[in-house]
Amino acid sequence: MKKPIYLDYSATTPVDPRVAEKMCKYLTLDGEFGNPASRSHPFGWHAEEAVEEARAQVAALIGADPKEIVWTSGATESDNLAIKGVANFYGKKGRHIVTCKTEHKAVLDTCRQLERDGYEVTYLDPEPNGLLDLEKLKSAIRPDTILVSVMHVNNEIGVIQDIAAIGTLTRERGVLFHTDAAQSAGKVPIDVNATNVDLMSLSAHKIYGPKGIGALYVRRKPRVRLEAQMHGGGHERGMRSGTLPTHQCVGMGEAFRLAKAEMGGEIGRIRMLRNRLLNALKGMPEVYVNGDLENRTAGNLNMSFNFVEGESLIMALKDIAVSSGSACTSASLEPSYVLRALGRNDELAHSSIRFTIGRFTTQEEIDYAAALVKEKVAKLRELSPLWEMHQEGVDLSKVQWAAH
Amino acid sequence: MPVYLDHNAATPLDPRVLDSMLPYLMTHHGNPSSVHRFGRATRAALDRAREQVAALVNARPSQVIFTSGGTEANNFAIKGTTAVDVTGCVAIGATEHPSVTEPAVSLKEAGWRVMVLPVDRTGRLPSSVAESFRGSRPALVSVMWANNETGVIQNIAALAAEARASDALFHTDAVQAAGKIELDFAASGVHLMSLSAHKMNGPKGVGALIVDAAVELKPLLRGGGQEKDKRSGTENVAGIVGFGAAADLAKARMTDYGTRVSRLRQRLESELSALGGVEIFGAAAERLPNTVCFGTAGVDGETLLLRLDRGGIAVSSGSACASQHREPSPVLRAMDIEPELALSAVRVSLGHDSTEQDIDTFVAALASQLAQLRRMTGRAVG
Repeated sequence: MKKPIYLDYSATTPVDPRVAEKMCKYLTLDGEFGNPASRSHPFGWHAEEAVEEARAQVAALIGADPKEIVWTSGATESDNLAIKGVANFYGKKGRHIVTCKTEHKAVLDTCRQLERDGYEVTYLDPEPNGLLDLEKLKSAIRPDTILVSVMHVNNEIGVIQDIAAIGTLTRERGVLFHTDAAQSAGKVPIDVNATNVDLMSLSAHKIYGPKGIGALYVRRKPRVRLEAQMHGGGHERGMRSGTLPTHQCVGMGEAFRLAKAEMGGEIGRIRMLRNRLLNALKGMPEVYVNGDLENRTAGNLNMSFNFVEGESLIMALKDIAVSSGSACTSASLEPSYVLRALGRNDELAHSSIRFTIGRFTTQEEIDYAAALVKEKVAKLRELSPLWEMHQEGVDLSKVQWAAH
Repeated sequence: MPVYLDHNAATPLDPRVLDSMLPYLMTHHGNPSSVHRFGRATRAALDRAREQVAALVNARPSQVIFTSGGTEANNFAIKGTTAVDVTGCVAIGATEHPSVTEPAVSLKEAGWRVMVLPVDRTGRLPSSVAESFRGSRPALVSVMWANNETGVIQNIAALAAEARASDALFHTDAVQAAGKIELDFAASGVHLMSLSAHKMNGPKGVGALIVDAAVELKPLLRGGGQEKDKRSGTENVAGIVGFGAAADLAKARMTDYGTRVSRLRQRLESELSALGGVEIFGAAAERLPNTVCFGTAGVDGETLLLRLDRGGIAVSSGSACASQHREPSPVLRAMDIEPELALSAVRVSLGHDSTEQDIDTFVAALASQLAQLRRMTGRAVG
């Protein structure tokens, strides 16, 4: 068992060896390197064929038509394109957007930029279990609302939003619905036509594909229009210009194909491992699971360990690679805004660990991790004056802390 | 073995570049933003690649912002320096790539004026262009370092100086020039410079915008805050590592490359001139050592292209991005070349491993096709 043990699959995943092998074919010198936009010679044609095959594979995982898949450089770009693209195109129809406080920064920061450009954005609070109350969403939609953006699966707590119900609501109200499916594609079955989703952001590196490639699903029936954000040679039907990176598209296609083929069996195994970890840890005193356990992706476990300082815990757990807060914001020492939105106080937010399990995780690794966490949490609590006070029955929320 | 003479469209990945990338596709998979060891390893790889790319163009690593390619870098430069809430003027060269002209045109919707700076018959911007800066006071001037179709090289240092003198920012699309000729970002006076890996034997899907710290740049992609909050999105580690390796290789062999391909190009041009009836576009200007764009009166370039391809030779007419269109190249039209002659244009772009045999094979095939096509035209006319 190699250390550190990788339990950070939601931050990124290893490229599946089968995906890497296929990508290499399009990186080597046997003539597969042509520019897919070069229509005049076979070097270009082979590249184009491979890209179109990959596009169909991406479409197949979500039940879409290949023509509805636009290649991007990743889910961050897909989120930016979906939200700014819709806002710019439909700006004369309305300038109000509804989203949720627990979205990824790629959605939230794009919305903040639109606010600076004169749009209004409503950021809904989730319920304490992380799920969105549909009544709240219903009341937030106005006549000038043009877009609702709610992620399918949350990256920190793994909860699954009811995108079918949201889609029904938005379709009734004539509002476009975008969902960031970076964490759900290949982990939760998706059928865009059963859910009235209009735009869906997809990422390759969250599902054993390479980093730096993603896609945006853009519905054609009824047709969704977007203002392009990358202008140039007119690629992707004018929606996203730029030479297509053949090997990257092929990698994403293969990753999605494998996910579709293996998802059924994989989910069961991963859920079993996650539950094993959960059961080993939930017996400890003062531990809390963050987010709904029922409506949750199989590989995610996010727990807060009260009376343990978060950074110390992460350092104590250096034999396992996990995260606290989302990977994208690990540079800052602020408590996770997702956990704060669930109503967790700063201390519980700071002392949270996100474990995410994946394709290559073994039972041995889970057992090791569980034992390590129990040991380190106990040790850190021994050193914690707050833990001591709690054990003596002191209600810490009533203590008047003196500054000095 | 097919003869590939379309290196300005796309270049084969150097095997050493592939070797540098493989560990980041196979083993080292960490997200560079993760605090654990997996993340630190890939973060270190990014830092190294940043130094390598900076070194190629004599910039500082802190001036390098990685993007998904040249198109994104150009969009970023143009949209990132032109605020939405004010309007003004943007000046672009007449022979720019669509990834510069299209973002510039998109600014018109927000009330900006786009001024096109004309080129002369050699494809260069004349020195008189400085007057238009003084007159129109553009906020941003964008002129490519070297043209993808003709290879014509602009006098960037002089243009940048004029732009600065008029308080304008100066951006250059150096996608075709980088790796082929020495570029000195620090000495050039340029504020923003676009680069692309796949034009220098690196992977597709990765590029960079080199930016002077003094430039106020609004991000194009918002999110997790990567690239010092200038370009969000989980980094394409393998691609960026490949870009670094490609930059490193290009820098090491730059002089050798220049000598080799210049000699080959010389051979090509004398053989073309021996054929007769061939006009080389931009011949009077300084050009990239690997590029020859020429026309042959009375012949359709697209037809010639397809026939050459059937004979196993890959070249192009017009830029790859626009291969579907049948209008004469806007670049050649901007050089005042007659539409019919422009439609006959063929571009040969050599690579560092192109050979004399490639040149000779090409010329022989070209001669044969020209003879056949001219006979056919003759028949049609007669």
